[in-house]
Amino acid sequence: MIEITGLTRKYGNFYALNDLNLSIKEGVVFGFVGANGAGKSTTFSILATLLQPTKGDALINGKSVRNEPHEVRKQIGYMPDFFGVYDQLKADEYLDFYGASYGIPAKEREKLIPELLELVNLTHKRYEYVDLLSRGMKQRLCLARALIHNPSVLILDEPASGLDPRARVEMRDILKQLKSMGKTILISSHILPELAEMCDEIGVIDGGQLVAHGSVAEIHEQLQNERPVSVHLLGDLTGFVSFIEEQPFVSNVTVDERRSLVKFSYRGSDEEQMALLKTAILKDLPIITFSQAETDLEDVFMEITKGVEMK
Amino acid sequence: MRELLYNPVLIKELKLRFRSVKSSLGLTFYLLAMSIFVFGMIFLATNMTGSGFFRPDESYFMFIVLTYIQLALILFITPGLTAGTISTEREKQTLTILLTTSQRSWQIIIGKLAASIAFLLLMLVSGLPIYSLVFLFGGVSPGQLAVIFLFFLLTVVAIGSLGIMYSTVTKKTIVSMIATYGSMLFLTGVTAFFFVLAIQSGFTSAVQSPSLFAHFWASINPPMMIFSFVSPEGSQFLTQITQVNFPGWIIYVGFYLLIIFVSLLIAIKKLRVNMGKMR
Ligand SMILES: Nc1ncnc2c1ncn2[C@@H]1O[C@H](COP(=O)(O)OP(=O)(O)OP(=O)(O)O)[C@@H](O)[C@H]1O
Ligand SMILES: [Mg+2]
Repeated sequence: MIEITGLTRKYGNFYALNDLNLSIKEGVVFGFVGANGAGKSTTFSILATLLQPTKGDALINGKSVRNEPHEVRKQIGYMPDFFGVYDQLKADEYLDFYGASYGIPAKEREKLIPELLELVNLTHKRYEYVDLLSRGMKQRLCLARALIHNPSVLILDEPASGLDPRARVEMRDILKQLKSMGKTILISSHILPELAEMCDEIGVIDGGQLVAHGSVAEIHEQLQNERPVSVHLLGDLTGFVSFIEEQPFVSNVTVDERRSLVKFSYRGSDEEQMALLKTAILKDLPIITFSQAETDLEDVFMEITKGVEMK
Repeated sequence: MRELLYNPVLIKELKLRFRSVKSSLGLTFYLLAMSIFVFGMIFLATNMTGSGFFRPDESYFMFIVLTYIQLALILFITPGLTAGTISTEREKQTLTILLTTSQRSWQIIIGKLAASIAFLLLMLVSGLPIYSLVFLFGGVSPGQLAVIFLFFLLTVVAIGSLGIMYSTVTKKTIVSMIATYGSMLFLTGVTAFFFVLAIQSGFTSAVQSPSLFAHFWASINPPMMIFSFVSPEGSQFLTQITQVNFPGWIIYVGFYLLIIFVSLLIAIKKLRVNMGKMR
């Protein structure tokens, strides 16, 4: 359970994070999307008690990052966007060190380490030096490290960046497994479709503010308030064009004479769209097909992030 | 209590340190240099007297020289071992992860300090057999040796604490190195210079009055303090010059304990951001 209230972070006069409010329920996989510099890492660093908020607070399982940072650290497993590893340390020693850092007894660590390596598919690298592992392997090892104290909340800053497609799929599988263990997971990415596949909820951040928040379907809907509609007609187009231009919520009417197509943008609700089609048909307008073009998530993303920048 | 005795950072650092080739090379060179010096001296002394004997007063002189060599070594090695402890982790981007673990800030700082000092102690202890060669020929008491060892320990911990403090508050290792070596040179060189200045200004006045400043500067200067330990005349000598009859070692211990306390306090406070405070 994560409760973010009025979280603000300023660098000089620049707001990297501006009054962020967000509540994430237990067991939810939450995707945090935003363009470069939107404030994702800033938010995560504050949650990980690494950065002091200028204003506001965040509660993780009821513990305040401001007032009980030590308690918060026990609750979270954090994976930064950029991180290094110690050289001259082997994979199992690496995990052992962090396990000890969380006060896990040696006996338990001995049992845990093979399990964690198994989870991230690194069993065969157990006795290799960590600094010699590939980037994707280091990333997976870092995820295993974030899990060593069995935290209920995972904060993963772009865990999939730098991974090849296969590793991405594997990462997604690991996250699914973690979700089934009941963990609350926060993931950031600037690739919306990637998150949409594995997240229950998505928050879109831009310019340090949350501009959209909800389930993947809701976000879709919320952002699809202006959708392109295309109508294929038989014969004369003028009747339909004069009809549609008078309707509310309609804009950008374009006519394609050659293919007998009329396209327009529609801003009304689904019910209103249905009524519109019904009226058109009752008026005996020669409609063959009436279709709504899908906007894909990339377009959606481009649209919202553009919107805030122009403010 | 467990936290006090069991320090993951200390264990990991020791593991890394003793695994690296650099450490064993450093140790080898140190011992090699010491042995060459001691055996060379013995060789010279026995040859020159022609008698084939090595007299206690000569071995005593050798003991003094050896002590100074060890002092110089630890003064130069300690900053190198400690000034990078936190800042290299910052540069290698391992610090963020370390700071999100549930280790207390003081555990991390003390672990780092203890690991560096453990290595220096190993150096000092591994040099003991060579030291004891001097014993063999007499002239030095075990008590004196213990005092010098404690003196070294205090000095090392103080300079090490300074190094860790600089390493915590600066972003770059190079800056921290410069600051630590600078502080070390201040304590060993500049204080001696101030001592001389204070003495001279005392001489110009008509009546010779006790020079408190001179006494203070001399008392916090490690090479001068060593002198009062290795030779019985040393401490009287200082009293004669400065006209202050207060044991210098008390000032030394107090001053260096203060350095340790303040440096570690700053390091512990500054290691993590203060989450609570509103700015
Ligand atoms: N130490 C700093 N000093 C000044 N400005 C900073 C600092 N750290 C971050 N910023 C600014 O804060 C803003 C948010 O940065 P943040 O790292 O949170 O972005 P992000 O969403 O994680 O981006 P990315 O997708 O590139 O990782 C950026 O405009 C950045 O320039
Ligand atoms: Mg980022």
